[in-house]
Amino acid sequence: MIRARGLVKAFDDFTAVDGIDVEVRPGEAFGFLGPNGAGKSSTMRMIGCVSPPTAGELTVLGMDPRTDGPRIRAGLGVVPQRDSLDEELTVEENIWVYGRYFGLPRRLVRERAAELLEFAQLTDRARSVVEPLSGGMKRRLTIARALVNSPRILLLDEPTTGLDPQARHVLWDRLFRLKREGVTLVLTTHYMDEAEQLCDRLVVMDHGRIVAEGSPSALIAQHSTREVLELRFDTADHAAHLGGVEGVADRVEVLPDRLLLYTPDGEAAQSELHRRGLEPLSALVRRSTLEDVFLHLTGRTLVD
Amino acid sequence: MAGTGTTSGRVAPGADGGTAPLTGGWQAVTAHWLAKYRRVWFGTAITSFLSPLLYLAGMGYGLGMLVDRGAGGIDGVPYVVFVAPGVLAATTLQVAAGETTFSVMGSIKWDRTYHGMLATPLGVRDVVTGHLAYVLVRLTMAAVVFFGVAAALGTVRSWWGLLAVPVAVLGGLAFASCCYAYSASLTNDRGLALMFRFVVMPMTLFSGTFFPIEQLPGWLQPVAWLTPLWHAVDASRTLVLGTADPGGVLLHVGYLALWAAGGYLAAVRVLHRRMVV
Repeated sequence: MIRARGLVKAFDDFTAVDGIDVEVRPGEAFGFLGPNGAGKSSTMRMIGCVSPPTAGELTVLGMDPRTDGPRIRAGLGVVPQRDSLDEELTVEENIWVYGRYFGLPRRLVRERAAELLEFAQLTDRARSVVEPLSGGMKRRLTIARALVNSPRILLLDEPTTGLDPQARHVLWDRLFRLKREGVTLVLTTHYMDEAEQLCDRLVVMDHGRIVAEGSPSALIAQHSTREVLELRFDTADHAAHLGGVEGVADRVEVLPDRLLLYTPDGEAAQSELHRRGLEPLSALVRRSTLEDVFLHLTGRTLVD
Repeated sequence: MAGTGTTSGRVAPGADGGTAPLTGGWQAVTAHWLAKYRRVWFGTAITSFLSPLLYLAGMGYGLGMLVDRGAGGIDGVPYVVFVAPGVLAATTLQVAAGETTFSVMGSIKWDRTYHGMLATPLGVRDVVTGHLAYVLVRLTMAAVVFFGVAAALGTVRSWWGLLAVPVAVLGGLAFASCCYAYSASLTNDRGLALMFRFVVMPMTLFSGTFFPIEQLPGWLQPVAWLTPLWHAVDASRTLVLGTADPGGVLLHVGYLALWAAGGYLAAVRVLHRRMVV
């Protein structure tokens, strides 16, 4: 569906995307995970054919964005980072108007709008003006609008940023449904839980480059241990406790507010610390997440 | 068109995406602006009916009383007859400026309407053309209503005056396309206020709208000749008074068409540079 080789996006003063290789297969949910400024949105804009690549190869739906931009965009649905809804129009009018951009006949657009509002759980708000709706509703409307042309690929740039937890779960549920119906999802996020929830495969981006690639579980298996023991001490500098935990875990990361001990068996590590008489304020055993992968690969947390 | 009607209840069939016509073209963009306009049309309709009435009553008859009594009108016609075509052209200028400033900047920066449009098969040219086509509709409505009121008040002296409507509309469009290019180039809205204050306002006052430009200081007259508004005003006025000569009107119209076309090309260029990065 999407194939990039050595893809570069450079602006006057910096390089946003620095030679990435990506392959997205039909029907999968593919994620770009990375902190702000990693080059995720620039990549999405190139795939969406609104931003010409500086160098490298890019094929979307088997076509070249340089020459077939409009034809490719006709087969894409785009959910931008910031909603571009018409807040003065009603919910259904937003979809009607958008459908016409694709040259769809009016009757078809109206039929689809009704289905899409049902899908987005907005049917009872169809005739209300967009402006006063909640953030989650606007986001769902943006997704519904992006589906009006029955796209083969849905591009979602940070779909749930700024939404409350409940609204995020509603949105994830809708995206799962789309995926089951065979729509290829391509999304960016800086939430590791979102990436783990939604993505079959993902790439981790940092400074315009891809630093890791694979399924969430494979990435964790490859770059982290099965479990993590998080320790908080009553101290200003957690690095001071490095000596005390030496040898307990495969690897230790020092964060400003805690130590992360990477180990296959968190419980065992915990009892070893207890045996040594170490008394942290709190100790928590959890499974490894993509956050740990990112931390390991870049030395930084995702959301700072 | 085959297959576009298949809606099997699935939300995103995906297979029929390629069979629909590729794009709605600039007409779809115009449809968007008209849909928005439908929410406010009544207010603007009242405005475009009342403003000529107020202008012609206040300026034409009020101020006109002094002018007519003191100088016997302007160029031999009562002041209200002189000023009506001027205000007609100035009105389209106002509408043009109103529809190509904040809405253009907002579509780029605030509500990001243009970003939404350009994510679809539409191109920058469609976006500009569609927006200006909507402006054309607005200009035509404003000019027709104004002309109707002015004619009802007996300020139109010739059947040729009917042609003042398209001339005034063209004058508005000439300014609209340039103003669009300017608005699309701005990164914040301070420049828009400056434009109203230092372009729209002076042009309205000093382009022969309310008094002949021969009254201006000698060095300012050539400036008035350069403005699109003076050409729209002069052509409209001669048409309404029945004193038009075809060559003069065509010259005015040609000059305005040049502005409109130049502004359009600039607008497409500027918006492209702004949006496709």
